[in-house]
Amino acid sequence: MKVQINPELCQGHGRCYDLAPGLFGDDDEGYGQVLGDGTVPPEAAGDARLAALNCPEHAVELLEES
Amino acid sequence: MAVDDRFTPDSLQADEDEPLGTRSEIITGPVRDWATDFSHLEPEWSADPYPIQDDLRQRCPIAHTERFGGAWLPTRYEDVAAIAYDTERFSSRSIILSNFRPPRELAPVGGSPPISSDPPFHHDARKLLLPAFTKTAVGRQEPATRAFCHSLIDSFEGRDVVDAAYDYAQHIPMRVIADMLGFPAEDAPQFRAFVEDLLEGINLPPDDRIERVSRLFDYLLVQVHGHLDQPRDDLTTYLINAELYGRKLDPSHVVGTMALLLIAGIDTTWSAIGASLWHLAKTPADRERLLAEPGLLPAATEEFFRAYAPVTMARLVIQDTHWHGVDMKADDWILLSFPAANRDPAQFDRAGEVVIDREVNRHAAFGLGIHRCVGSHLARMELRVALEVWLERIPAFSLDDPGAVTWSAGQIRGPRTLPLRIGP
Repeated sequence: MKVQINPELCQGHGRCYDLAPGLFGDDDEGYGQVLGDGTVPPEAAGDARLAALNCPEHAVELLEES
Repeated sequence: MAVDDRFTPDSLQADEDEPLGTRSEIITGPVRDWATDFSHLEPEWSADPYPIQDDLRQRCPIAHTERFGGAWLPTRYEDVAAIAYDTERFSSRSIILSNFRPPRELAPVGGSPPISSDPPFHHDARKLLLPAFTKTAVGRQEPATRAFCHSLIDSFEGRDVVDAAYDYAQHIPMRVIADMLGFPAEDAPQFRAFVEDLLEGINLPPDDRIERVSRLFDYLLVQVHGHLDQPRDDLTTYLINAELYGRKLDPSHVVGTMALLLIAGIDTTWSAIGASLWHLAKTPADRERLLAEPGLLPAATEEFFRAYAPVTMARLVIQDTHWHGVDMKADDWILLSFPAANRDPAQFDRAGEVVIDREVNRHAAFGLGIHRCVGSHLARMELRVALEVWLERIPAFSLDDPGAVTWSAGQIRGPRTLPLRIGP
């Protein structure tokens, strides 16, 4: 699984980096940033889902790998 | 170095040839039918708006009133979100609904940028503020905020009953934003008056309102001059020196943004802290669970923000439009109720209940779209610290007299009198 943030939608609410600080950080204006290449370790899959489900702007996307 | 002469007594006066706004007839008194005559300023609404909003959502769902010269009240999450995102149809040039509409020429800047601004200016004015309000930046205020909360509770020594709104909640955001703006902490009692002048008393005669608002701007100009004489590492000096499009900001922009940060930083968080303590005082099971499981506090604070969202914004319709089944006229107000959106059962399971361990909570308490509350990270920090310190120091408390609790009237809703009995 990978995570990504749609920068067109992100408004800097910060729910992703509050809920999944291992996967997301913020830039110097508070917009969400994916850490690294966005690959989600298996143990962080729950955090990734929480971040996506709590983003008020629907900016956090989960990409399930086949 | 050239003297900064932007802030003379005349610099904020409107030119005589500038367009005037429009005033509407002031209509007060009991609401006949909430679907066709709503008013968020009547006591029934401030006491408990949720049953009214729930009823409207089922049978309306976009209410109307002839008061304030014409206004609409959407109550579904879907409609509130659509308006928040649609800056082509809905202007932010006045975000406090009143009997005065500022002239259309005030857009896209508005009186208190960036909250009052429309695109494209909005983006640039907002960008100036964002770095000061990131989660990391506001984290630097946390130790002082925590120490201040402790000092407030120290002052309760020997009392069985305290007013958690008056003696605790209001002081926390006042102190934090005064520090960030570089205003003297001892001026805090004046801030309360400024907040009430701007956000309450909406139905007072317009000349009264103008006079009250000018008290705030007189105060802010004094602070600007203090900072011109003695620059400091704070937001006031930052705004005085900030540049946009290659030149320093207009004086009305500097002072308008200072007004925004002061007012929006206070009433809102004060309300959130008070409403959360009110809930915990009347819900022992939630209070005991938070004491037993402090790790739930982040989820609980989000749920308090959802269920007791303090902030309702306003918009002005830009031109006549048929929108989601109603005919809106140019210059009609929209009362953009994030509290109503946050209790829409189509968006939230158990929407009317407070579920302190709610895992999925895509609430709109801080707005949606380009106007997301610039202080949301600060508000979250303040509410979390205020509750952590309170629960640590006063684990047992209850409503002393439920009938004595009073709530603010207008677009920012929270407890203004909240007598709590300390102890089991």
